Amino acid sequence: MIDVSPSLALLVLVGVMVGCGTVLVLERSLSRIVIGASLITYGVNVMVLMAGGRAGGPPIIGQTEVADMADPLPQAMVLTAIVIGLALTAFMLTMAYRTWQLNGNDEVQDDREDRRIALAAARDAVAERVTDDSGATLDEQAAIVFDETEDMPAIDVPDVKPERDQPPRGGPQ
Amino acid sequence: MNPDDWTWVLGIPVLVPFAGAAFTLLLARAPAAQRVVSLVALTIVLLDAVFIGFLSLRGPLILDVGGWAAPVGITLVADRLSALMLMVSVFVTLCVLVYSFTQDLAENQRLPIAVFQPTFLILSAGVSNAFLTGDLFNLYVGFEILLVASFVLITLGSTRERIRSGTVYVIVSVVSSTIFLIALAMVYAALGTVNMAQIAIRASEIDQGTAQLIQVMLFVAFGVKAAIFPLHAWLPDSYPTAPAPVTAVFAGLLTKVGIYAIIRTQTTLFSNSNLNGVLQVFGLVTMIVGIMGAVAQDDIKRLLSFTLVSHIGFMLWGVGIGTLEGLTAAIFYTAHHIIVQTALFLVSGLMERVGGSTSLVRLGSLLKTWPLLGVLFLIPAFNLAGIPPMSGFLGKLGLIEASAAVGRPLDWALVAGGLLTSLLTLYALLRAWSMAFWQPSEDDEVGKPQVPWTMTGATIALVAASLGLTLFAGPIYSYARGGAIELRAQAPYVVAVLPDAERGTGQSHTEAEEEQGTPTTSSTPVVPPLGTPSQSPTSSPTPGGAP
Repeated sequence: MIDVSPSLALLVLVGVMVGCGTVLVLERSLSRIVIGASLITYGVNVMVLMAGGRAGGPPIIGQTEVADMADPLPQAMVLTAIVIGLALTAFMLTMAYRTWQLNGNDEVQDDREDRRIALAAARDAVAERVTDDSGATLDEQAAIVFDETEDMPAIDVPDVKPERDQPPRGGPQ
Repeated sequence: MNPDDWTWVLGIPVLVPFAGAAFTLLLARAPAAQRVVSLVALTIVLLDAVFIGFLSLRGPLILDVGGWAAPVGITLVADRLSALMLMVSVFVTLCVLVYSFTQDLAENQRLPIAVFQPTFLILSAGVSNAFLTGDLFNLYVGFEILLVASFVLITLGSTRERIRSGTVYVIVSVVSSTIFLIALAMVYAALGTVNMAQIAIRASEIDQGTAQLIQVMLFVAFGVKAAIFPLHAWLPDSYPTAPAPVTAVFAGLLTKVGIYAIIRTQTTLFSNSNLNGVLQVFGLVTMIVGIMGAVAQDDIKRLLSFTLVSHIGFMLWGVGIGTLEGLTAAIFYTAHHIIVQTALFLVSGLMERVGGSTSLVRLGSLLKTWPLLGVLFLIPAFNLAGIPPMSGFLGKLGLIEASAAVGRPLDWALVAGGLLTSLLTLYALLRAWSMAFWQPSEDDEVGKPQVPWTMTGATIALVAASLGLTLFAGPIYSYARGGAIELRAQAPYVVAVLPDAERGTGQSHTEAEEEQGTPTTSSTPVVPPLGTPSQSPTSSPTPGGAP
């Protein structure tokens, strides 16, 4: 059996690569994220290789003494992981290019629908919708039902309508 | 009939979709032929999955891929959990495939069908591989197959919205895969193997702190895929923009693959886990936070995405109880949820098609336009909320009973949280129903729906299946119970894969047997030359490496 204690140099390498990659992934620009993700993936690939112990001779019977053989299993796994990483990087690059084509930049954008609901909640606005046959919205009904507030000074409730930022019905997306 | 003669059927759920994908790519210019190929491929896989389910009744079924012995070679294992998940997932995939046949005719949801069919089949192959594999690294490969296919599907047409949501999805998935890979490196460093059965043997022998660290890493990696709070934020952000069949199959399958992996980790790999309490807490928070999100939404697809997140919590709850009853209920609930959630997303696709929008503020009068659709929405909605006597109710009842039997404060908190979540699910879905189906439409131009029969038929099939799950709940529940017993006992799985606790069936021999006569660990394997025929189980390896 070969020595399985990890090499410090490789450990530092993994740390630096994954650390730099993490910083880059947290950026908003997609091309930086791609570089960051690649750095993390390669760092982790080195880590998988380390899991098999120190380097040894080629694991072929008759060429290397069994005691000096490197563990071939992590090598096989890393090869698979490298191929997968390549495919993912290619896909992310295509996506960054497409984002640039569409928007002129490659920044990851916020979810507009998410923001719309958050804004509506912040304004404490009830969605304008009709709930029964009377045809009145919830706001209008509330004003009628709770008439104990009649004596109180009127509060100016702004008429807030939900934004409509979706494309018109049936239109292209 | 000897099950050992039939182990080759385990390869079909992975191989046939891949072959189908290749053919559909070749037939890119003939959409009709493409559809036939995909339909035939998935039908074969469905029949095969039912057959596997039948065979797995007699104990786990093993296939050594290429005849290579277990700890070194890749093993496909179908125990009851895998078989049940496979059956349900392939059925759902087939329904969604039929549903998608006419999607390209919809004005606002045009699918580039030439890319869609092959990618869809590859997704199916990846899901099947993830469910069947008995090797942790192969599970990673299965995840990557289905993820890469899902990347293509979620950005179909690469419109601005889909690229935006796809970006979030892709980055989150890549990060979670990386965490999984780190966990794999740790598993190999600590245990010297990635074979699940061998991990199960060795996990109790290593330092428990290390084992727990590995377990937490795996839990985080799978937690992102299963969309567990606080790792769920990507899901409602990215799923709704995809075309309806894509969202449906993602919602049904991809998160459940994560749940399946968590069940495997908690039972097969690390049986003496003390993470159960953590799982329960995350389950509780996921349920509550998810359903709160659903209540706030006024877009039907986003609302359904949040209920999806919320109900993942129920499955975690079942796994976290840590008893046989809890695990049984979790497995049953997973099967139920795959069907019901997919059905709901398919119905939302029909609603979008008929009403022209997914916004509940704009939709209206659908009940007048198409009463059948109202029924098709209401049945899975009631089922998801858990109205008796539907399968959702039975699953929740199982969870509550299992929790009550244990009776710790956390269990009672989960019972309360689960009931509250069910109530809010009912509220959110009925509100959506009354807004989409009952409230007067804004414009009266809603005409008679022109919906292809394949879309309606596929949706009806799934809704009928969810009712069938209720009708045959007894046998299915006892099947799930058998699966849970098998998982908790651990031994059937391990013995099936590694009959003598060292080597699996198939052919490969250790260097030790050749030169020293003592067994060694898998870290210095010597494998047979290519082309060596596989031999029957427990046959003695040929000396010298040549037959």
